[in-house]
Amino acid sequence: MNTSTASPARASRRFSLPRLETIAAWLLAIIWIFPLLYAFWAAFHPSEFMVRFDLLAPLTLENFADAWEQAPFARYYLNTFVLVTGVVLAQFVVCTLAGFAFARFPVPGKDVLFMLVLIQLFVFPEVLIVENYRIASGLGLVDTIAGIGLPYVASAFGIFLLRQTFKTIPRELEDAARVEGCGWMAILLKVYVPLAKPTYLAYGLVSISHHWNNFLWPLVVTNSVESRPLTVGLGVFSAPETGVNWATVSAATLLSIAPLLVAFLLFQRQFVQSFLRAGIR
Amino acid sequence: MASLNPDRRMQIYGALLMLPAAVLLATFAYLPTIATLINSLFLPGFRGEPASFVGLENYALLIEDDTFWQVARNNLFYAVGTIPTSIALALGMALFVNARLPGRGFVRMAYFTPTILPMIAAANIWMFFYAPQIGLFNTLLEGIGVPGVNWLGDPAVALSSVIVMTVWKEAGFFMIFYLAALQGIPPELEEASNLEGTSRWSFFWRVTFPLLMPTTLFVLINALINAVRVVDHLFIMTKGGPNNATNLLLYYVYENAFSFFDRTYAATITVVILLVLAVVATVKFTVLDRRTHYQ
Repeated sequence: MNTSTASPARASRRFSLPRLETIAAWLLAIIWIFPLLYAFWAAFHPSEFMVRFDLLAPLTLENFADAWEQAPFARYYLNTFVLVTGVVLAQFVVCTLAGFAFARFPVPGKDVLFMLVLIQLFVFPEVLIVENYRIASGLGLVDTIAGIGLPYVASAFGIFLLRQTFKTIPRELEDAARVEGCGWMAILLKVYVPLAKPTYLAYGLVSISHHWNNFLWPLVVTNSVESRPLTVGLGVFSAPETGVNWATVSAATLLSIAPLLVAFLLFQRQFVQSFLRAGIR
Repeated sequence: MASLNPDRRMQIYGALLMLPAAVLLATFAYLPTIATLINSLFLPGFRGEPASFVGLENYALLIEDDTFWQVARNNLFYAVGTIPTSIALALGMALFVNARLPGRGFVRMAYFTPTILPMIAAANIWMFFYAPQIGLFNTLLEGIGVPGVNWLGDPAVALSSVIVMTVWKEAGFFMIFYLAALQGIPPELEEASNLEGTSRWSFFWRVTFPLLMPTTLFVLINALINAVRVVDHLFIMTKGGPNNATNLLLYYVYENAFSFFDRTYAATITVVILLVLAVVATVKFTVLDRRTHYQ
């Protein structure tokens, strides 16, 4: 797939934009990045400078200290980290097995089953919050990190992506492994999984961003600091009726987006390519 | 097992591989979907009584519920307000960063960054703009002597304010799909049209835009799904208010289930959402999948 960065040969064939459009492109970029820059401004200055743009305004880390003190962000970080790691690993295992079966095994009624799986691309856990809450509470999963993650583990999207990838792997490789005495599990782990690495990377990045940012279902299923992820913690902390100082909210917001934002800025290409690979099929 | 023929063994092995996914999908997708449909036919039992079967009574209530119609209209307005604008902006952004442009990397990063923020964080940031007294927009307006607007408190303006923020959040995501598609268009096409003196405007409408059609349909489906699926920002910005002016279907489900504790009515509204998603899914599987193969 040919994505965001083109080769130099191609770049030289790019067409330059007329001056007016260059200005428009930049103007739009500045408008688009401005809200984030503004959040940085608000977070690093005393609150009286929220709407006073004084270049000599004193910089401060006070707001971050306040936010850190007023809400258990360390715990929220831990919860989100456990949640995201757990969901992605569980998704890898469950979707690999199912994707492998759909790609290579002659299960009767496979096509119908696959259509059934694809339904989940449209009917997500957050649309079914009412019933999923009941099921989660029946299983004793309310207010646990497992309860937040479990409905997302059998991801139709992951099964779909891995099935497509496994289907492109030549059977000869599988036959060669079998001649060497490998069973099905060994074939899956030694032939298919290693060759699907780019798919795992793409799916993993998309899934990490999704679960780092997910809000509605975690809000419904958690009710204590012990299980709340960052997004829900931030939502509780910054709800307007709590009357928290804005500079503090701004710092809290940056705190909760910082890890993903830094990761994105460092690995921009991988992120964009993953979203593309996962989206275009 | 030894007595089974190899085909049969393969079938059983395959079924076992599917089992974990099947159990989880059944528990958290199929079962709740069916339970939602069934629950929409019941009224909740009060004081511990069992729920009673009432047929389509909930749907009759729904049809008479002015708030429901207002919420459904809001959601339609929200979809119409966010989708064409984000798609047009996404296409414009992609055309910008696909061309030779000073600082292309920065511009692309600026367009895409809102995409990776959680909706909650984005809503927080936009609160700094929209807040009535100390918000940036009103401070700027007062600076030039124009009276401030109650961006999220005025029922006539609130939904539009939410829409603007959503467009900001979504456009960059759709851009990357257009960008990938644009890079798949052979540059020879544009060189040839330049030699023939075709204007850039007509080149865009006659060549580029039709070639991007599969991408547009793909993006459209995603945008439609997001319009019913993502309501996170409402929790921070408006809580569906003022007076339901910004309430959307899924948020109304949440309110009914977890604020008014009317689970069966929440189920009935969920059925409406499921119907909308079913229509989107049908369009995707019939129209879109048939047309995208030449991409």
